Amino acid sequence: MVRSFFSLRAAGYRFNLVGLIGFCLVAGWAIVALSAPLIIPYPIGEIVDYDYFGPISGQFWLGSDYLGRDILSRILMGARYTVGISLLAVMISCSVGVTLGMTAAVIGGWLDTLLSRFLDALNSIPSKLFGLVVVAGIGSSIPVLVCTLAVIYTPGAYRFARALSVNINTMDFVTVSRARGEGTFFLIRSEILPNIIGPVLADLGLRFVFIVLLLSGLSFLGLGVQPPNADWGALVRENIGGLPFGAPAVMFPSIAIASLTIGVNLLIDNLPQKIRDRSQ
Amino acid sequence: MTNLVEIRDLKIEAKSDAGRIIEIIRGVSFDIAEGEIVALIGESGSGKTTIALSLMGYARSGCRISGGSVTLAGKDMVTLSERARAKVRGTEVSYVPQSAAAAFNPAQTIMEQVIEITRIHDLMPPAQAEARAVDLFKALSLPNAETIGSRYPHQVSGGQLQRLSAAMALIADPKLVIFDEPTTALDVTTQIEVLRAFKSVMKKSAIAGIYVSHDLAVVAQIADRIVVLKGGEIQEIGTTEQILKAPAHAYTRELLAAFEPKHYARPLAETVASPKPPLLEVLDITAGYGPIQVDGLPLMKALKSVSFRLEAGRNLGVIGESGCGKSTLARVIAGILPQAKGDIIFDGRQMAQTAAARQKEELRKLQMVFQFADTALNPSKSIGDILGRPLSFYHGMNARAREARIGQLLDMVRLPSTVRHRRAAELSGGQKQRVNLARALAADPKLILCDEITSALDTVVAAAILDLLKELQRELGLSYMFISHDLSTVRAICDEVIVMYQGEKVEDMPTGLDQGPQHPYSKLLFSSVPKLDPGWLDGLEQDPELVRAFAKR
Repeated sequence: MVRSFFSLRAAGYRFNLVGLIGFCLVAGWAIVALSAPLIIPYPIGEIVDYDYFGPISGQFWLGSDYLGRDILSRILMGARYTVGISLLAVMISCSVGVTLGMTAAVIGGWLDTLLSRFLDALNSIPSKLFGLVVVAGIGSSIPVLVCTLAVIYTPGAYRFARALSVNINTMDFVTVSRARGEGTFFLIRSEILPNIIGPVLADLGLRFVFIVLLLSGLSFLGLGVQPPNADWGALVRENIGGLPFGAPAVMFPSIAIASLTIGVNLLIDNLPQKIRDRSQ
Repeated sequence: MTNLVEIRDLKIEAKSDAGRIIEIIRGVSFDIAEGEIVALIGESGSGKTTIALSLMGYARSGCRISGGSVTLAGKDMVTLSERARAKVRGTEVSYVPQSAAAAFNPAQTIMEQVIEITRIHDLMPPAQAEARAVDLFKALSLPNAETIGSRYPHQVSGGQLQRLSAAMALIADPKLVIFDEPTTALDVTTQIEVLRAFKSVMKKSAIAGIYVSHDLAVVAQIADRIVVLKGGEIQEIGTTEQILKAPAHAYTRELLAAFEPKHYARPLAETVASPKPPLLEVLDITAGYGPIQVDGLPLMKALKSVSFRLEAGRNLGVIGESGCGKSTLARVIAGILPQAKGDIIFDGRQMAQTAAARQKEELRKLQMVFQFADTALNPSKSIGDILGRPLSFYHGMNARAREARIGQLLDMVRLPSTVRHRRAAELSGGQKQRVNLARALAADPKLILCDEITSALDTVVAAAILDLLKELQRELGLSYMFISHDLSTVRAICDEVIVMYQGEKVEDMPTGLDQGPQHPYSKLLFSSVPKLDPGWLDGLEQDPELVRAFAKR
């Protein structure tokens, strides 16, 4: 990681320390999510401690939960669900939203009006309520969760991308392309997208955080990932009874959520910038 | 002490993106006497505004005054504390910005903003300040001096706003006023009135001034002395007479030469009653913006029944002031804005209303170059990609053929081949405009629509672009439709000229500008262009009837 940091520097990129910290947090959780089955000390469903809400010990690094299961293993496995589902959902919502947003800005007219009003209507539904209704209606499974979260966050991505694209769309270089006879696909792909990609990536990170929190919220209410698997939100909920005892079982999943969301935010606020100096 | 301002060995440095220190002002020294107007003249990037701002002890963000002294009425603005500088600003030195429209707060009345300085420095009671403001409005020959202060900035014209910003600067009776290109954004017919007002007020109140401009002819009217700058260094200082009549420095001579472009020598033999059809024929075009009315025409008509024709190998100039519809005309021809009425016949074919409905081959032969090179080049693409796209789009070239052709194109517009790997932000204004031109040439067009392509450039750079256009025409047999508000550039390149006013073609000059204007508006417009003669403004007499009818003052 340090090497890649220096090679970025050599390629003329500037990456500050805060961004690096964010990057380490996010990359760390990504590695955990990928390698979780290999590194967990205990199977996640197995009751291994005779005590419940056990303290931190050499045997159970982060204590045990309300049934005496190992919390470290459950957090490591939970990273798969929290990071995986959120990442998938944010990818879907942003690619759909941004594509529609750019298309609406470039084509304009009735298509723009129609899309904008439709997505505004979708946006006006409270997100948690929408999630509750869908999951309660057709049951909780990972595909349903991903789709629901993606649908909830598409209108925001659309609005954001459209607002940016409308500004770019009035620039002369887009007019030049139009006068050349270019089609809509070329306009959005080649003229608009490269010029909004920075803010769009920042928005993607922010939306990822929102989705993590919403997913955790849904799991907390018991509508997210189903037992014996658990994402971090579900872990907080199961172990909420340990709060009066200050049990590590409720604190560490919360810290995991916080570290991921803060890490993503630090990273997107400090994305590497290309240094462009005229006389170099 | 005799001099109001003494600048000694001023050095200002800026820090670049990568943390490199660049010296942008390199040891500048000059004086301004009481009541004297000194002009700073030079290209963009020559440091003229930076020097002017240093008189207020101000350096723009990222810049730092690193050496020397700026003494204003005995105080060194460089070493003064920020609090002490704030006290001096507005009362002893004040500033008239380039764009008055951007400098006024649209949410407050003009009067509130004009007397703001007296309020901040607690100089006089509001009633007295307002009375003084009204006196200044009269001195600046503003209409309805008594009531204009109660209006909002958007309710007055650009020329009036510029004079109001001068009133704002003069309200606290400063010893020095900084004018930063105050007339550059104005039309020539408006500029005259503003210049006259500035000149008479400055003469009457004996205030010293520093006038920043790139336009020698404007400076000649108002300045006592001229400082010629280039690259942060003084090239020459002299009285206005001396600089204009007997320039000592080679760069000053270059500036003067660029001001008067050589006349256009026709490369082709004159077409004697040629039977061939015109390259471009525009018939009775009406176009505009806003919702379509019952008569099928848009609400805001920017073009009203404009017709003209252009033969192959000839150049047409379109002249007019801002808002006359000249850019709209180019947009209609290029298919960016569909016309409400009328026909465009190009190369013997009737053109569809929008670019999307035209055939690729028709689009290829007609290219457009825009005014602002910065916004016309995609900032996230390399120059090679920008030039390569029309090659693959129109000619279907593969990567290798493209590379070779891009090299040729860059060579044609006199840019080094290494430019292809750079991005637009890394090029200078003149280089960007050349890339723009190269992109149009990549299509192998027959006609290039040039929309004010030299307006945003420095005179010397603009003259080089014009020379390039002429050369390309000789080599490739192009035609240009050249849209401009600047008579001298049009004179330099065009065979035929049309004059536009408020969306209508008022005059057709088939043999160019030399025949002299006939229409009253053309006469007014032509007589309003400043000349390099210091006595021009004082000697200029314009028919007041004509001025009232046409100038938007």
